[in-house]
Amino acid sequence: MSQAQATVSLPEPTVISRILRGLAGNRTGTIGFVLVVLILAAAIFAPWISQYDPAAIMTGPRMAPPSSDHWLGTDNLGRDLFSRVLAGGRVAMLVAGASLGAALSLGLVLGLVAGLGPRWLDNLLLLLFDALRSFPTIVFGLAVVTLVGPSLFTVILVVAITSVPIYARIIRTQAQSLRNAEFVMAERAMGAGLPRILFVHVLPNVLGPLLILASMDVPLVIATEAGLSFLGMGVRPPTSSWGVILNDGYNFIRNSPWPVIAGSVPIVLVTLGFTFLGEALRDIFDPRLQKAN
Amino acid sequence: MIYYATQRFLLSVLIVIVAISLLTLMLHVVPGDPATMILGPRATPELIEQTRVAMGLDQPLPVQIVKFFGRILHGDLGTDVFTGRAVSDIVFEQLPYTLVLIAVSILWSSVLGIVLGCYSALRAGTWLDTLSGILSVGTISIPAFVMALYAVLIFAVSLGWLPAIGAGEGFFDSAMHLILPAFAIGISWVGYIARMVRASMLEVMGAPHVRMARSFGLTEARIVRAYILRIAVQPAVTLLGTGVAHLFSAAVFVEVIFARPGIGALIVSSVNERNYPIILGAVLVTTAIIVLATLLSDLTVALLDPRQREAL
Repeated sequence: MSQAQATVSLPEPTVISRILRGLAGNRTGTIGFVLVVLILAAAIFAPWISQYDPAAIMTGPRMAPPSSDHWLGTDNLGRDLFSRVLAGGRVAMLVAGASLGAALSLGLVLGLVAGLGPRWLDNLLLLLFDALRSFPTIVFGLAVVTLVGPSLFTVILVVAITSVPIYARIIRTQAQSLRNAEFVMAERAMGAGLPRILFVHVLPNVLGPLLILASMDVPLVIATEAGLSFLGMGVRPPTSSWGVILNDGYNFIRNSPWPVIAGSVPIVLVTLGFTFLGEALRDIFDPRLQKAN
Repeated sequence: MIYYATQRFLLSVLIVIVAISLLTLMLHVVPGDPATMILGPRATPELIEQTRVAMGLDQPLPVQIVKFFGRILHGDLGTDVFTGRAVSDIVFEQLPYTLVLIAVSILWSSVLGIVLGCYSALRAGTWLDTLSGILSVGTISIPAFVMALYAVLIFAVSLGWLPAIGAGEGFFDSAMHLILPAFAIGISWVGYIARMVRASMLEVMGAPHVRMARSFGLTEARIVRAYILRIAVQPAVTLLGTGVAHLFSAAVFVEVIFARPGIGALIVSSVNERNYPIILGAVLVTTAIIVLATLLSDLTVALLDPRQREAL
């Protein structure tokens, strides 16, 4: 019996166990992982965590400091800030997921086209990327808002358009270096077509760094969402968003500091969490970069 | 060097042209008519037609774009529909406020960042190095507009040390009004630049040419200034060049929060009244400045390091 057990081969370390082991050995990585899990859980379970409706205007105290009833206090309309922060987290995560998803897929396609396609198309796309990158995100966002009106969708659109060039450029460089790599040339010499080279060799090699980059971009996306909403050009009240909370807090900044604190701490926590996690993942998957830093 | 500079310059002009075309195209791809948009739903058809002709919207799209370029080359960015003033006058009236704000922010943050990064690299592992590392990560994670809100909260509302509203009059007053906004924009750049300079200094300090200089008996101060820093500041210069776009974004918030005049405040108020000619003009001017800044930073790097001149 015991002999039979001993010969059972150990399961090969999967990607997930590799990630977990890598994170466990990295202090800031662990902090980042815990923060991200907590934030995602709070966003998903928001309606069950807080007993208050984030948009309900209540007759209770206004601009109240934190108490056992209202963990983060109340805002200028007597709304419970804790439930508004949770609801804002849902909006932030939705915007991050949707816009980064769109930017990644579009960037992937354009980057592969630029990297593997003809030279003139490559130059044309590069020019387009450079032009898009030369708009300041917020200024470009404001121009788009004027045209299509402020909404959650507009925010997602703006972030997606302004992030596409970043991903596309990276994929282009990767695809170009892979195209001339020896193992790809060997495949081609053996008669492999473009689809096989694309899906078996290029994509798996490109996807990892791309996802890590995307996780490190989450803070930027959330700052853009909060920023546009703060200016009243993003998510519209009564929907809660960290930017909307901050705007309310700014308007009443001489009355109470709590709305500003409640709206800003989550932004900082998200930034720290995703940055630490992204850096740790980068170190796990690309030890070369670790040495450079 | 001249060849490289010309090449980069022409590329920059091309980028600006593409950016302008994208913007004008966007205006036409979006459903809805700009004239109706500006006048609102209650305008009479005659008034809409009149505005359309005044804005040149009755002509075919290619003609419009070509005419638009023609006017830009003459320095004409169009006319504000509400006041009838030239858009370029309005934009260039506000621009200096923003440029001063951005320049002061860059200046204080890059000087402090380079000194801090330099010191951390030379004294790697000391408590000051650790402290600057922690401060860098902390400040990088706070967006400029959140930093601006806290600056108002702490220094203007709670302590009442510094003014938080307007741009001030006269030199001293203006300078006092500039402190908090420039602090809010610059603080996260201190961390960025310090970390970047520290990393590249550590890398360059081990390079063969530095050991060579040391073996010649040059003083440490001279080695740092003439041989290490010259190469180590390059990533920071590139970062600043591409970062000007972020600085403009930050300036939008800071101008709104501190109720300062400037191009960001102009854009936000124009969005509220859906004044598209002004937005278009303001975006054009900021984009041109950003492309120019990128060009300047690339040329600076090329001046510092001849090896970069071949890469394009």
